Amino acid sequence: MQPITLHSFSGGIHPQENKHQSTQTPITVLPLPSQLIVPVGQHIGAPADVIVAVGNRVLKGQLIAQPKGFVSAAIHAPTSGKIVAIEQRELPHSSGLQGTCVIIDSDGQDTWLEEIANGSRAIADYLEADNEVLINRIRDCGITGLGGAGFPTSVKMAVNGKNIETLIINGAECEPYITADDKLMQERALETMRGIQILLKLTAANHCLIGIEDNKPAAIKAMKEALHQVHGEHFINVVSIPTKYPSGGEKQLIEILTGKEVPSGGIPAEIGIVCQNVGTCEAVYRAVAEGKPLISRITTITGESIEQPQNVEVLIGTPVKHLLDFAGFKQEKSLFQKFWHSIGAGSDNSAASAAKPRIIMGGPMMGFTLSSDELPILKSSNCILAPSQKELPANDVASACIRCGLCTEACPADLLPQQLYWFSKSGELDKAEQHNIADCIECGACSYVCPSQIPLVQYYRHTKGAIKEERAAQDKSNRSKIRFEARQDRLDREAAEKEAKRQARAAAAEKAQAAKKAAAAKAAEEAAKNGDANPDESSPAQAAVKPEPVDLDKLQKQLDAAQAGLKKSMDKVAELKAAAAAEKNGDTEAPIEAPIENMEVFEKAVATRRDKVKLLALQLAEAKKSAPVVKKEITRDDIEKKLRAQQDRIDKTKQRFELAQEQGSETLPALQKGLDKQMQKLKELEEELAQFDKAGA
Amino acid sequence: MALSNSGFVKITSPHTHGGNTTSRIMLLVILATVPGIIALTYFFGWGTLINIVLASFTALACEALILKIRKRPISFFLKDNSALLTAVLLGIALPPLAPWWVTVVAVSFAMIFAKHLYGGLGNNPFNPAMVGYALVLISFPVQMTTNWTVPYFMSGAETIPFTNSLSVIFSGTAGLSDAFTGATPLDTYKHLAKNETAVEILQNPLFSSDVAGAASGGSASNWFAGGWEFVNIAFLLGGLALLALRIFTWHIPLSLLAALGTCSVIFGWDADLYVPWSLHIFTGATMLGAFFIATDPVTASTTPLGKIIYGAGIGILIFVIRTWGAYPDAVAFAVLLMNFAAPLIDTYTQPRTYGHEKAKRGMPAKLDTSTTDSTSKEG
Repeated sequence: MQPITLHSFSGGIHPQENKHQSTQTPITVLPLPSQLIVPVGQHIGAPADVIVAVGNRVLKGQLIAQPKGFVSAAIHAPTSGKIVAIEQRELPHSSGLQGTCVIIDSDGQDTWLEEIANGSRAIADYLEADNEVLINRIRDCGITGLGGAGFPTSVKMAVNGKNIETLIINGAECEPYITADDKLMQERALETMRGIQILLKLTAANHCLIGIEDNKPAAIKAMKEALHQVHGEHFINVVSIPTKYPSGGEKQLIEILTGKEVPSGGIPAEIGIVCQNVGTCEAVYRAVAEGKPLISRITTITGESIEQPQNVEVLIGTPVKHLLDFAGFKQEKSLFQKFWHSIGAGSDNSAASAAKPRIIMGGPMMGFTLSSDELPILKSSNCILAPSQKELPANDVASACIRCGLCTEACPADLLPQQLYWFSKSGELDKAEQHNIADCIECGACSYVCPSQIPLVQYYRHTKGAIKEERAAQDKSNRSKIRFEARQDRLDREAAEKEAKRQARAAAAEKAQAAKKAAAAKAAEEAAKNGDANPDESSPAQAAVKPEPVDLDKLQKQLDAAQAGLKKSMDKVAELKAAAAAEKNGDTEAPIEAPIENMEVFEKAVATRRDKVKLLALQLAEAKKSAPVVKKEITRDDIEKKLRAQQDRIDKTKQRFELAQEQGSETLPALQKGLDKQMQKLKELEEELAQFDKAGA
Repeated sequence: MALSNSGFVKITSPHTHGGNTTSRIMLLVILATVPGIIALTYFFGWGTLINIVLASFTALACEALILKIRKRPISFFLKDNSALLTAVLLGIALPPLAPWWVTVVAVSFAMIFAKHLYGGLGNNPFNPAMVGYALVLISFPVQMTTNWTVPYFMSGAETIPFTNSLSVIFSGTAGLSDAFTGATPLDTYKHLAKNETAVEILQNPLFSSDVAGAASGGSASNWFAGGWEFVNIAFLLGGLALLALRIFTWHIPLSLLAALGTCSVIFGWDADLYVPWSLHIFTGATMLGAFFIATDPVTASTTPLGKIIYGAGIGILIFVIRTWGAYPDAVAFAVLLMNFAAPLIDTYTQPRTYGHEKAKRGMPAKLDTSTTDSTSKEG
């Protein structure tokens, strides 16, 4: 392969490496712990579904939780034993998050599952195997990224259709103290290299770059030898990169090796790159070539509080305490205790005066402190660091930011950490976003160089969380707003439709009224004409009514009823017409009260009723004409009766009026008007009476 | 070993620290002024040292007083050396024989008004030392301009004696200092250039190597700026040391000197009319300003590009004020003017972040919701 041109990423720091302490001895296999705590959610994605029950016996390598959904990973029993509990427990996580854990009591036999032990799951000619078979195997074996984030490897490797040009293998291990990858490459270079070959085959990348910091010459040498052994020099290149934190950050390593940048918010596959940790490569090899699931990993145990810093192969789920005990954890005494002992004042057992131990999972730059030593080792736990107080003193009280800009120089993402700090402090989330806080990888370089000892990363984490929360709230309120507006639109539309219908009805009614009047007038005219010129036509009716004394009132009532019926029918027809028109306009939401087909029926009814009205009007006119006008005698008593009733009414209204006045009711003007009208009527009646008297006199 | 769950330290990453502290940075800056102070003392006498001591005590007293009033931990903040640094810079900037009360007024104004009324260290928008300097320069122009001592070789191979300095500074004894005070080379050149050609101006003892050589006992030395060149070189060395220690970056000093140099070369082509570039760069407070004043991080621009603009702005302003302004030197006003601009410069000079096509610049776009909110509140 042609020589690789190295690039450099911005910023970066050179913290004390402190790696030599744990590289003095070979990797040891940790003795079996008596109990294992295996969380089913150790990876990015959905936690796996537990498929075993309390009381079940399991064998080493047996599946105990299967992946749920696409981004998930299988979990296997790390040793043989009995499931004693499946419960929620605190996970080793910076937040103290809880999750489902399968608790296995080891039987001490460490018996492998038969198929794994006899090698029937091994894929011997893996470089000839089908990609799908390999990916399925990787998924079935629960392989996740061993570098830190724990992303399911099978998902990352399912690159079908994506054009992957470069496979990058991360052996940088830039965090101080951690040597797990270093030792892995030294001692298991061949397995790692074969794993890389498998990944290279899966990605169909043109070439592969293995980036290793130049502070690991032994690892570089071992990997180069392994590369030679597998004859992979044409596609694979072991690249020694300058030691600078955080060169092992995925984005930074990609920049160093290719000069390309992963787009903000994107993934390396978008620029034709897939990145895997060396530990993951070895795990892939074990899964494919030996059929072994990911149930153990190499973890560095180091720090001044550890008597024998070293790398151990540890089962996933091993409590940290077991690891600490194995490597010899010296609990530091506080100054007070030291003083107490030095003056020989006896032992003290008070926990309060003991210096609190600090156990870090991960490295000093990005690791998190554990709240307990009962927490388990996960697939992604590359280091347990137990520093002394002197070794990694807790930060002093932060002093004021003087904007010295050392953080800007250290930032590998080219951010302005000091600005982000001020924005975070003042809660100016929009400005923090404008300054790309989302691109912060939380490497801690800014905090490391800060002369004011400000816990900058903590501020950024908080602000990122606040932005996330705000965005979620914003989304929610936007959704509510959209819903509300849609509802309002619908209501408005419905109201408009109702109004349109009402108007249509009113118009139709008016028309009907006009038509009726015209018809009545015409009928009356005709009747009059008929009465004069053509008496024959009306004679049957006349004949029919003649014998009886013509009851004008009754006829009038019948006519009224017929007219009302006609109006009703016409309304119906108008309504149907309106509905039909609305439908024609495409407004299907207008409710159709009666089917359009009924229109004819209603129209017929209108016709019949119209005829009847005509007939009745005719009869009435006839009757009026023919019947002798019976003038009802209006007696004085009648008028007086009316007058008295009117008086009563006025009295009642007056009472109500006074009551309303007292209470200051709003109905006062209306009442006043009514009263006035009633008084007018009274006056009229009195006048009538007076006229009557006059006439009578 | 029984460890209770609550018995573990819980803190967030990172767990390690580079060990740098604010007080160390401040102390290093103070130490880097030592060569310059030595040069000043060598050429101009004890006045500068007396000023620095007086300023330091005043500054610490003011800082302690205000911290007490503000109910802040006094020793915690006094330890950060920031008050001391302000005092040292002011002590250097003030004329060596300025009356004591000028120093006290300048320092106390710097500490109380320019620093603490804005919220103390890290929150002041204006360089406190330059605010104090500008105040006394405007308020007491006579004391500020006539108390510059002349280099020793002009006053008879000797600087003003220590005791005389003390009595001039503290009791204003008239006459004692007359032989030792005079205008600065920049001022002298500017005023002489009105009537004389460059050749004539350079006959002035301030610029004349012959006189200087003769005065210092015959050994010919080629001093072209009355000792100021050595003062500036000393401050340059101190500044370069700080640069090597990565206390600040090259951006501000380099762009400042480049801008000032460019301006003085372009305009100073005619040495008969304008002060030549060599005097601009190597006299007055140029190097002090470039490496110790303009680089004050609190009040400067903080983005890489912003620092270049900020430094260049100061350089141009120094030239403009020196050339056409009424004041003998211009660093204080130039720095203060650019202090005003620093937040704006920062807003428009964000670097391009990793993974972004180009840099985001300017203020964040306001969300629509915020405007509707405000209108609904009004309604």
